[in-house]
Amino acid sequence: MLSTSLKKDIRLALAYSCSAACFFSVAAAAGPADDIAQFKVANGSVYIERSGQRIPAQVGTHLQTADTVVTGTDGSAGITFIDNSLLSVGPNSVLAIEQYKFNSTTHEGSFDSTLRKGTLSVVSGKIAKQSPDAMKVRTPSSILGIRGTEFLVRTSN
Amino acid sequence: MPRHVLALLAVAAAVFLGGCATPNQDLVVLLPDKQGKVGTVIVEGKKGTTVLNTAYASARTLPDGSVVGSTLSPNEVKDVFGGALAAQPPRPMSFTLYFESGSDEFTEKSKLEVKQLLSEMARRKAPDITVIGHTDLVGPATSNDALSLRRAERVKSILVGMGISAERILTAGRGKREPLVPTADGVADPRNRRVEISVR
Repeated sequence: MLSTSLKKDIRLALAYSCSAACFFSVAAAAGPADDIAQFKVANGSVYIERSGQRIPAQVGTHLQTADTVVTGTDGSAGITFIDNSLLSVGPNSVLAIEQYKFNSTTHEGSFDSTLRKGTLSVVSGKIAKQSPDAMKVRTPSSILGIRGTEFLVRTSN
Repeated sequence: MPRHVLALLAVAAAVFLGGCATPNQDLVVLLPDKQGKVGTVIVEGKKGTTVLNTAYASARTLPDGSVVGSTLSPNEVKDVFGGALAAQPPRPMSFTLYFESGSDEFTEKSKLEVKQLLSEMARRKAPDITVIGHTDLVGPATSNDALSLRRAERVKSILVGMGISAERILTAGRGKREPLVPTADGVADPRNRRVEISVR
């Protein structure tokens, strides 16, 4: 049988670990780790597809990994990432951000996106500068290896 | 063959050749940057690869998966990509701050730089910044990483004190990886002990 004081210690430990876990899960949900990019330009119809939901995007809206940016016939949008990569899309475009990792100390990272439709302008940032194979842009029919810095992509079907 | 069948075939051929019925043709164009410098993009199709490394060099992927290189004129670029180009976010801008030696006070020149930083932030829509600490090349990498991050955090708290929302500020410590003035390892150079602020 456990002594009363030991039981108390266990209860305290459980309470502590629970509150720590709750704290960290809240921090993970809203923390800066999710903050990879922001809309700086949004014209006409622009929205994000995130976990099956459509979220209207405007200047200041934050972007997360696995988001897809969609513009309508009258839409265009410009997005700045935390490594200073600048991506913008023209009308009728669909751009999926598949992977974004950036270590702000070493500048190592990986940035994978796919332009499914439409037009894309890219000014590469610190990720591509640090390592030549770290940034890839795909379309349904090709893969672009980015050594830098400014380029345009259109994919039409 | 009856005449109307021939006509239909001609229409079908025109549609096919015109590209309407062909899947995913890509166009990739390399641009010079603001200083006129050109990078490199490697375009890999299903059957073939083209390396773009000159201004306005372009690559088209064809329906058979091959990649054809060419050069576009700036006007052709504007016609196809005008919308995306017009939506480019403003370029990030960098400010560098120094402290009076052994103190928490910015140098006089850096106080002016802070003013310019604030007015640049006011000019931008939804601005966010990264405060990046740097050290000189004295000491091991790990302690310089920690020191540079502490410098960045200190500047962040100063900026928050000036009214910039903490949510808009990221901090980073680059340690001794990016000296402003290249020196041998172990050299104490005050010009490398600095904090850089990237405004987006």
